[in-house]
Amino acid sequence: MQKEITCTINEKQYVLSVDVRKSLLDILRDLGITSVKEGCGVGECGACTVLIDEIPADSCITLAVWADGKTIRTVEGESANGQLSKVQQAYIDAGAVQCGFCTPGMIMTTTAFVEKHKDCKVSREDIRKGHAGNLCRCTGYETIISAVEMCLKDSDNNDSGKN
Amino acid sequence: MAVGKSPRRKDAVAKVTGRARYTDDLSMPGMLYAKYVRSPIAHGRVLHIDTQKAQSLYGVEAVFTFEDVPDKRFATAGHPYSLDSKHTDIADRRLLTGHVRYQGDEVAIVVARDRLTAEAAVELVQVKYEEYPVAVNAQTALKADTPPIHEGGNVIGSHRFEVGGMLEKAFEEADEIVESHYQTGVVQHCHIENHSTYAYMDDMEHIVVVSSTQIPHICRRIVGEALDIPWGRVRVVKPYIGGGFGNKQDVILEPMAAFLCMKLGGVPVKIELPREECFISTRTRHSTRSNIRAGTTKDGVLKGLDIEIFSNTGAYASHGHAIMGAAGSKSCNLYPRSVIKLKATTHYANIPTAGAMRAYGSPQVIFGIECLMEEAARAINMDSLDFRIKNVARQGDINPLKEKEILSCGMVECLENGRELIGWDAKKKAYKNQTGHLRRGLGVACFSYGSGTYPACVEIAGARLILNQDGSVHLQIGATEIGQGSDTAFCQMAAETLGVSFDNIHVVSTQDTDVSPFDTGAYASRQTYVVAPAVKQAAQELKAKILAYTALMTGQVPESLDLIAGNVVFANRPDKVVLPLDKVAMDTYYHKERGGQLTADVSYKTRTNSPSFGCTFVDLEVDIPLCKVFIKEIFNVHDSGVIIHPQMAAGQVHGGLAMGIGMALYEELLIDENSGYIYNNNLLDYKMPTCMDIPDLGCAFVETREPTGGYGNKSLGEPPNITPAPAIRNAVWDATGVKIDEIPMTPKTLYRHFAKAGLI
Ligand code: FES
Ligand code: FES
Repeated sequence: MQKEITCTINEKQYVLSVDVRKSLLDILRDLGITSVKEGCGVGECGACTVLIDEIPADSCITLAVWADGKTIRTVEGESANGQLSKVQQAYIDAGAVQCGFCTPGMIMTTTAFVEKHKDCKVSREDIRKGHAGNLCRCTGYETIISAVEMCLKDSDNNDSGKN
Repeated sequence: MAVGKSPRRKDAVAKVTGRARYTDDLSMPGMLYAKYVRSPIAHGRVLHIDTQKAQSLYGVEAVFTFEDVPDKRFATAGHPYSLDSKHTDIADRRLLTGHVRYQGDEVAIVVARDRLTAEAAVELVQVKYEEYPVAVNAQTALKADTPPIHEGGNVIGSHRFEVGGMLEKAFEEADEIVESHYQTGVVQHCHIENHSTYAYMDDMEHIVVVSSTQIPHICRRIVGEALDIPWGRVRVVKPYIGGGFGNKQDVILEPMAAFLCMKLGGVPVKIELPREECFISTRTRHSTRSNIRAGTTKDGVLKGLDIEIFSNTGAYASHGHAIMGAAGSKSCNLYPRSVIKLKATTHYANIPTAGAMRAYGSPQVIFGIECLMEEAARAINMDSLDFRIKNVARQGDINPLKEKEILSCGMVECLENGRELIGWDAKKKAYKNQTGHLRRGLGVACFSYGSGTYPACVEIAGARLILNQDGSVHLQIGATEIGQGSDTAFCQMAAETLGVSFDNIHVVSTQDTDVSPFDTGAYASRQTYVVAPAVKQAAQELKAKILAYTALMTGQVPESLDLIAGNVVFANRPDKVVLPLDKVAMDTYYHKERGGQLTADVSYKTRTNSPSFGCTFVDLEVDIPLCKVFIKEIFNVHDSGVIIHPQMAAGQVHGGLAMGIGMALYEELLIDENSGYIYNNNLLDYKMPTCMDIPDLGCAFVETREPTGGYGNKSLGEPPNITPAPAIRNAVWDATGVKIDEIPMTPKTLYRHFAKAGLI
């Protein structure tokens, strides 16, 4: 069964006819938005994390039809005019990228975390709690947490999201 | 100078923007999806299989059973081919089987137009089995009356050696002999990208396999062997890959994808494993049981080590026949002045197949050795760190097995460095005589490892450099980037030797066996060590060609010229530019009377294998009533020779440490002893650590200069994973006085031991 939905993905309007059985992950990948990765398909790993109305969610366990009327952000939309977002840049500077498979989902979790904690004091422990839904097998999380710290340090007088 | 710096990874931007394309991100119109029909029982035989219902489901293109595949056995281990017929891998698999050997074994496969239809069709295949007795461990698998899992019995290999003297004599000279029994569990790689592959044909003869593999060139050979087609007609392409850790050093899906594609007229056919299947039907780490003895004098001279170990390779051999030999021999560099005797037996069992996993058996062997070193030191009342320092390898020692001199060795410095970092001496005093629920403990463990597989296997690497029109240089290599950063390290090496800036070296990250130079791939922590000489030589050759060509253009003598930072300069006046490289390059391409594209293409065989060293130090707290371990501080200190890229090197250490912590405290694939049923083949029930479970990770390097390494470098990728587990175990003993000789030390395990010791 197909259903028509309207949503905004990376600031573009979409009107889509979707198979009701499909997940948001499926339809994003069908659209060529392949930064959204599948590591488990059942909400365990976080590789498929996108922001839905600014809240990180596992797109693999979000039905595509639920995206109707929502605003979706993926890592493809985070760099503009050849400029990486602060979070993307911090991941590179901290050395938080290895195989890169967890990276897009992880970056979206960080993006929401940094935007939410712009003006707060956060400990490494808080960062850990905020990223516990995203698994990474390569980095031991060490540099990922440092990348988040870097974003928060810089965010004092800047917008921490897009440049 | 590019080596020793941390320039931005070549693939960093591709990965943070989501533009890096992995196998699943490449898709072809009309691609079909295949899905295996798996056995629900761990051991038995198919009596009857009915595929009719599945065949008639709309959208199903074909169903193949074990009766439809070639009657050809092949080996899957990602080793280089061996010309020595006594040294070949064990060919114990067919594409599908009627004799099922673990829960999840593959009896049939369905091909459909989409994933959902394939899944639905699998459910419609009806299979009747005759059940056989199940053996999941050494005790049952090796019993005389246990039915063989493969023809020829359940022992697949044994490795024995006794080196450095006679053990019996060494033990006679010892004042104390200690002995213990150790056990390590089945763990899994858990790369976040599951296995995925697809195959298609462009014509009637050639087949293209795109796969998430660590070993494209080996994969080509094995697909050729499995399907009996000439190797040159198989082309394997490796795009970006989302981690491997050894699990993609095995040929798992590729022969089947190629088979299906050929059967179905060359249309693209894809097989992608969901996480649950990836857990049981790819590879795992061998579980082991060992009995180890050590003899030491009163003043702390380790006289001998006697290691007896059983390694469980599961349903199929994969790397099983090689792992214990490799791990045993790599460990001989650690205490090279002692007699070492090893007796290893590897056996089949009705559990998922074990294969290569980060550090290839060493974590299991070293776990036993380093636990026992703690015990030996205690037996003579010596600080266990001092005991190790007294006995570990030093530069100039001779590896007793290989009878080769250890040319670079920073093991003692690593231990001394770690002593400072963790504050060993002060904390040792402070942690004496603790009581109460929360107790702190200190632990240490050390390791040695190799830098490749020579002389067991050939070590061949290839590098090709091409001067582009704009004065930039393309590097093509056969070695595979799997996340560890090898592409970046090779570009640094090329930049360093060639005299072109790092930014002006481009790398082709995709390996394509029809195009890429030959190299056997990412395993054994070999790549930086064995590829370095190939890159270096290619850079030297290209540089010589560039200088000779510039000499031709300008009338200078080549010897008077040098290439520095992208300019041809006078060797004795480096500030004086003769010609910028782009000018030279344009001339080579477009001058009508002279020149031609400048390239260098080197294939190089490495005939050395230098040991790397290192250790883990940990300070932790045990909550006795909760049966939980909290790591307060943990450091790995490594001697990997010269560090090529400090930031990426630290990344390898962090990742290996975390994986080691997982192995020590959390991770185990749980398999029912009686039925072989697997309880936790998913990331919810199998406890792979999240960032809540991993503490801050520390790392340090002792940089020796290895004379046989192209840039003074030695292995680093796998080693960080070897010693966290024994260090943590030793610290738990230090904290609680309870000696736990098995991993993982989950709360359940700790409870059992604490209760037995009367602590709770
Ligand atoms: S793929 Fe969505 S959580 Fe793993
Ligand atoms: S970088 Fe490989 S899983 Fe995170």
